[in-house]
Amino acid sequence: MATSTRSSNAFVSNLGKIYGGYAGGFIGFVIILAILEQMGVPNKIIGYAFVFLTIAVYAYIGILSRTMELSEYYVAGRVVPPFFNGMATGADWMSAASFISMAGGLYLTGHAGLGYVLGWTGGYVLVGVLLAPYLRKFGQFTVPDFLGVRYEGNTARLCGVVVLFCASFTYIVSQCFGIGIITSRFLGIPFEIAIFVGLIGILVCSMLGGMRAVTWTQVAQYIILIIAYLTPVVWLSTQLYGLPIPELTYGQALRDITALEPKLGVVKPHVGAYLGAKGEFSWNEFHNFWALVLCLMVGTASLPHILMRYFTTPNVRDARTSVGWSIFFIFLLYFTAPAYAAFAKLEVYRNVIGQQIASLPAWVQNWSQVGGLLTIKDGNNDGILQLGEFIINQDIIVLSMPEIAGLPYVISGLVAAGGLAAALSTADGLLLAIANALSHDVYYKMIDPKASTVRRLTVARVILVGVAIIAAAVAGTRPAGIIQMVAWAFSLAAAGLFVPLVLGIWWKRTTAAGAIAGMIAGFGLCLFYLIGTRYFDMPLWFGIRNISSALFGLPVAFIVTIVVSLMTRAPSREMQEFVDSIRVPKGELAWAKGAVHE
Amino acid sequence: MAALTPSQRQEYWSRTSRLMWIIMALWFFFSFVVHLFAVQLNNIQFLGFPLGFYMAAQGSLIAFVVLCFWNAIAQNKIDKEFGVAED
Repeated sequence: MATSTRSSNAFVSNLGKIYGGYAGGFIGFVIILAILEQMGVPNKIIGYAFVFLTIAVYAYIGILSRTMELSEYYVAGRVVPPFFNGMATGADWMSAASFISMAGGLYLTGHAGLGYVLGWTGGYVLVGVLLAPYLRKFGQFTVPDFLGVRYEGNTARLCGVVVLFCASFTYIVSQCFGIGIITSRFLGIPFEIAIFVGLIGILVCSMLGGMRAVTWTQVAQYIILIIAYLTPVVWLSTQLYGLPIPELTYGQALRDITALEPKLGVVKPHVGAYLGAKGEFSWNEFHNFWALVLCLMVGTASLPHILMRYFTTPNVRDARTSVGWSIFFIFLLYFTAPAYAAFAKLEVYRNVIGQQIASLPAWVQNWSQVGGLLTIKDGNNDGILQLGEFIINQDIIVLSMPEIAGLPYVISGLVAAGGLAAALSTADGLLLAIANALSHDVYYKMIDPKASTVRRLTVARVILVGVAIIAAAVAGTRPAGIIQMVAWAFSLAAAGLFVPLVLGIWWKRTTAAGAIAGMIAGFGLCLFYLIGTRYFDMPLWFGIRNISSALFGLPVAFIVTIVVSLMTRAPSREMQEFVDSIRVPKGELAWAKGAVHE
Repeated sequence: MAALTPSQRQEYWSRTSRLMWIIMALWFFFSFVVHLFAVQLNNIQFLGFPLGFYMAAQGSLIAFVVLCFWNAIAQNKIDKEFGVAED
């Protein structure tokens, strides 16, 4: 025990050196592969090298970080410095949806896609101001822990677990889907098998070391994913406009796109805001943009796999700073994504549309084979590709862009490794959130409170593997597009968890009955709208798409919580003192009577 | 419990709440209000971008990063002032 603490202290104080060396090593590895490619090593080998070597690194970190201590397994020993927790949160946060689909969405929808860029960053302001420092002060293991203590009992805890499970499971299915796309394309194996290869990649990171292993692999994954995302865009920016800062030069790319649009017969300009199908201003698009931004932001502040990252910092102050670093590291990718989309669109408009179909390069063939994600159909049989004949799925724009733009294959491999890092890191965070809720909140707190440490950690691992296998199997059925599934997860979390968490801290009068009623009403309505519109042809309410289902669930949750709280007896004096003690960084918590805690 | 008297505690929380409301107001402005005018702002060029597009793609994002760090710094200052900052 003592030695493990000492060695982990030495590790934490050397983090800068360790990860600096690691980043340098990774860049060296990419350069070596680039040289090998020039010497004639086939693309297939390069793809294999990127996929397997990066997974091997994650597995190595995962095995080194194995642990049999509860606080190491659940909250990484609470020693993660804010800067590195920011990086880990960045990787935890940026999933296949951010890395693979977001720029693709921007490519296809222009300004409307910026709703995702906004929604997936602004939520951190809510996390940092309303929740993270207080949850850190609370200092237990999981988000349902907070609900269980604040709302005095297992009913609230169980409601929390149900919401957590529904949201995180939807989310993790989408990540398995993304992992399947990447491994299938770069290893050349069928999608259904590729998912299970990826599954091994997920499990090696999280199974032995829990949060501790996931934290340190996530930092490693962030470094790879950010290098992978920035490299092709910086390259194209330099190639097209002679300046390696894509965030500045893509203004020019936008102007070039706008100039080409009339010639190609595009009716919806890329930069136009709130446009309907015919390029006219649309109130419906306007409402949906706002609804999506709100749901994604509130969802950010409700997703347990993100909130639990702030349980791992040494203290409250560090939790706050850590939110700043998190959004900074996320921002680096998000403010580049629109540039990625603009460059990809410009390349397609200039060099793909209007070409002879027979002479299209090999990447078209390669990508057409991955489950119908790219189709080229010569509708008017003139042998020339028109814009309407080139149908590309948003999930492959980022992955295929280096090939479309004619960059060396090593860049494609690098992007694949980055996408894989993004999907794996998020999948691990989610998997841990689900497994911890089931093993800690359901098994330990509700079923067997006398379980030994060994037993608790064994149960945690069995559940982890079980959930991972089920998620991969569901992903194999291709239930929906990545970004759509992720947006659903955000809405579910927002409608179910935001209100009890925020009011639990900021409004002492919130009662257990109020919180439970609010969770059931908000989450229930959100789920009803989602399932009704998706599977039973229910008409949309006010034209709001179901990716923003929380728009209805969230206000209902607020109203029900407040009304029921006011109708029931105010929380006990002990509970109010407990809330007071959460609000102040220093000092012990004033546990209410009967509260069970670590 | 840190050694705060009830009135100090109340003062501490009202200062914290005020900071919260200020940041929430700015958050609301950059998340929603600016984008009300995206169509009109697009007629203005900024750094070579249509401004409406720029705000949603970069401007608001920069504001969010600044808000998060500002919140951390300002709240730490309040904590120190009341002697409830951690050692």
